[in-house]
Amino acid sequence: MTPVPFTVTKRTPELADTFTLELTPAAGGVAPSFLPGQFNMLYAFGVGEVPISISGDPAHSGTLIHTIRDVGAVTNALSRLKKGAQIGVRGPFGSAWPVVEAEGSDVVIIAGGIGLAPLRPAINHILANRTKYGRFVILYGARSPADALYVKQLQSWRGRLDTYVDVTVDHAGRDWAGNVGVVTRLIGRANFDAHHAKVFICGPEIMMRFTIKELADLGVAKDDIYVSMERNMKCAVGHCGHCQFGGHFICKDGPVFEYARIESLLQVRGL
Amino acid sequence: MVKVEGLDKLMAEHPFFQGMDEASRKTLAGCARNERFGAGDYIANEGKPAERFYFIRSGTVALEFHLPSNDGLVIETLHDGEVFGWSWMVPPYEWAYDIRAVELTRVISLEATCLRKKLKKDNALGFELYSRFVPVMAKRLSSARQQLTDMYGKS
Repeated sequence: MTPVPFTVTKRTPELADTFTLELTPAAGGVAPSFLPGQFNMLYAFGVGEVPISISGDPAHSGTLIHTIRDVGAVTNALSRLKKGAQIGVRGPFGSAWPVVEAEGSDVVIIAGGIGLAPLRPAINHILANRTKYGRFVILYGARSPADALYVKQLQSWRGRLDTYVDVTVDHAGRDWAGNVGVVTRLIGRANFDAHHAKVFICGPEIMMRFTIKELADLGVAKDDIYVSMERNMKCAVGHCGHCQFGGHFICKDGPVFEYARIESLLQVRGL
Repeated sequence: MVKVEGLDKLMAEHPFFQGMDEASRKTLAGCARNERFGAGDYIANEGKPAERFYFIRSGTVALEFHLPSNDGLVIETLHDGEVFGWSWMVPPYEWAYDIRAVELTRVISLEATCLRKKLKKDNALGFELYSRFVPVMAKRLSSARQQLTDMYGKS
């Protein structure tokens, strides 16, 4: 429960309000291993702690990689850190994307906005074990071309002959030759087997709701859909109750949930 | 002279016409034309008469608004198997936005005046056609509403 000091070894700007920190243990050694989908609590000394998904490659877990959007006091403090600065880290915590259970099935990754960050470790894992999976689909939606995250990596994944990648933005100028429209519009064209697919979704809750409806229309079963939930996590071990979601704690039972387990809760207003 | 025979076959391959009986399709094919547009060609312009509507066989088109301060804002792209241009159904029959081919795009287009005449005579065909258009319009409306939520913005 005590934060361990980590040193910022690299800071990469991603978007106007989003950046990636690479962290190594200040005392030396390697960062703890993690599963795709898990998160750490990052502590900006003197400011506070925030839960941030791990967005690095689980096969190369010597360092921790976190992509962070500057939306509040703590993330703003993190955004101002430079190489060599220290922060506290607790974790990893929470449930993981079911990458092993998905072996043998088509896998469809659907991400919106910064939701691509928590899914990147799953993508890395699947690509590293590509022959164990069926058709592999990555669908990504962003606000505009300038707001698309990990563009170089999306291009690299799209360049593979064994991976289908499609990207869309909500609006664009004439110089954009890609898709414009909501991410749900990409689903019907992705050509996966709806009855033998595992779908991992991460993005704003409203985007996940629309996406799930589209998947249901195609015939994807509820227990083949997994979502990553976000709530106000504080202790990260299910004690404080801040992230209680019905009978679940997002920090301990999630953040990754089988949709069938939380379907009814997503329809409760104000929860 | 329109080659109805060939167009009818092309129409049968388009998802919009799937399940439509041959006689209805042939009637519609009498108003049809096979067209292609190069990348950058404007197929329609906002405010101009909506004289045709389109079924994309292959390619991509962008629906865009001209903005005074901007080159143009693309609000949606449409692809193989999709349809665009229902301004022909709603008076005053004018395009609501510009439509530009993003890449080489092959379409079947139907001439609106010809079609309206046929539908006035054949209400069953009109019902059939409108029944196919309404779900497309509903889906497009739903997408537009999703875009309005600015769902990827800071929450």
